[in-house]
Amino acid sequence: MWKWLHPYAKGEATYRLLGAWLPWLAGSALVTLTVGLVWGMLFAPSDYQQGDSYRIIFIHVPSAMFSMGAYTAMAITALIALVWQIRTAEWAIAAIAPVGAVLTFIALFTGAVWGKPMWGTWWEWDARLTSQLILLFLYIGVLALYYAFTDARTGAKAASVLALVGVVNVPIIHFSVYWWNSLHQGATITKFEKPSMAPEMLIPLLISILGFALLTGALVCQRLRNEILKQEIHRPWVHAQLGVAEQER
Amino acid sequence: MAFDSWYDFIDMGGYGFYVWLAYGVTLLALTILVMHGLRTRKQLQQQAVQQQQRQQRLARRKQQERGTA
Amino acid sequence: MSLVETNSRCSNQASTFALLRVIMRRDLAVTLRRRSDVINPLLFVVIVVTLFPLAVGPGPDILARIATGVIWVAALLSALLGSERLFRDDYLDGSLEQMTLLPVPLAVLALGKILVHWLLSGLPLVILAPLCALLLKLPFEAWGVLMLTLLLGTPMLSAMTAIGAALTVSLGRGGALLSLLLLPLFIPLLIFAAAAVESTLVGTSALGQVLLLAGLMVLTLTLAPLAVAAAIRVSVN
Repeated sequence: MWKWLHPYAKGEATYRLLGAWLPWLAGSALVTLTVGLVWGMLFAPSDYQQGDSYRIIFIHVPSAMFSMGAYTAMAITALIALVWQIRTAEWAIAAIAPVGAVLTFIALFTGAVWGKPMWGTWWEWDARLTSQLILLFLYIGVLALYYAFTDARTGAKAASVLALVGVVNVPIIHFSVYWWNSLHQGATITKFEKPSMAPEMLIPLLISILGFALLTGALVCQRLRNEILKQEIHRPWVHAQLGVAEQER
Repeated sequence: MAFDSWYDFIDMGGYGFYVWLAYGVTLLALTILVMHGLRTRKQLQQQAVQQQQRQQRLARRKQQERGTA
Repeated sequence: MSLVETNSRCSNQASTFALLRVIMRRDLAVTLRRRSDVINPLLFVVIVVTLFPLAVGPGPDILARIATGVIWVAALLSALLGSERLFRDDYLDGSLEQMTLLPVPLAVLALGKILVHWLLSGLPLVILAPLCALLLKLPFEAWGVLMLTLLLGTPMLSAMTAIGAALTVSLGRGGALLSLLLLPLFIPLLIFAAAAVESTLVGTSALGQVLLLAGLMVLTLTLAPLAVAAAIRVSVN
């Protein structure tokens, strides 16, 4: 009886829990990002080497961090989905992957835009940019597989397997790309990595990192709520949640 | 304050185009993501309402049939 | 451990390997019946290799520089071409579902299928490599290393391809999707294989890269059958 009831209650409970979190996450993300970015843009001193172009760091580094972080999170939910067969975890893949892909795109784009004044070219086969590009392909692969099947459950499980295969490969790809880069270009490009940052720059960066973490959480919350609704659209609780009130006749 | 005037702020020490392009595209990408999420929710809401209305119509029809029979 | 237990375990192991042999022999026979499936990906490699001199010009300096990359990229693409036959027929006639019900680990069967696939796609490619190297004017001293990288790398290709093929087998039209899923995962292989040949060309030892490839091959052949087994279970569900 409980085993039968359990999965039915799960979606609704998770939906409500996420609903309780969402406004707090979104609100704090907005506040933290505003503080971090305004501080970074207006008050942090400009860099003695790169001038003001370094201010891209306040979005580039956080988005790069959480593009990787989101992939790891997705792989963990994929493992949970495969081992314990929890449907909410399967849907979390569909919720995390687009957010991670957009973060990867942002990291890639800001990296390229930063590269233009620094290297004189929009695209340099820099190790970090290259591995971000590959990460974007991996995200697109997971999403494409998730939505390729007519049966949503099969798609979710197939995407879970792929996400796990991917997460085993990500460190190998990362290492191989860095190694390849050192082979072909020498250690010339370390402009993204500053050995030590002045605290006036580091503190706003840390605040933006926190802001991106909260933003990632909020976006995943929003999409997971949508995914739960989409999958359980025929259940009465969704109608009670979204539908018009029971009409009197 | 790292900048003396509005112009300096926009100009970003000559790197204005790159900095604002990066920030602009980031904002655009995130906005599209959020908007897509909101639109999906709205569509799901419409779908739920439609389904509920259909169920209610069916129930009413059944009741009427029972009444005429 | 009691004698009976040991005995049963032994016989269990024996039956696992016997079954692995049966599966491999059956796969070999079935695949060899449709020879074009085996030969076409190989011809594809040769044709791609032929196209490059026509596209970039036949000068030996440029050809030798891009030879390894061209051969390896052609190998990756041909692995994708030949991937459908791994599971498609077994899926369509229901024998894949039967295999999931056998009393031996599905991963063992997956390993058998991977090995057969390699025997009929990877190994011929290794043998074909000198011809491609000749066409692309790769200096003779690098031929051995090129073949070695192919020998170590193609089992990985077969294993990774098997994962992708098992995931997409129920889709029917998995081709483009499969390449989207698999090609990014082939990147480390491509990097190390090309670097091994390149370091031979500049006169340094390729031992490091070759050992890395060997390590990656062992890792892949250990983990991939498990992933293939999981993917088959998803697909036949």
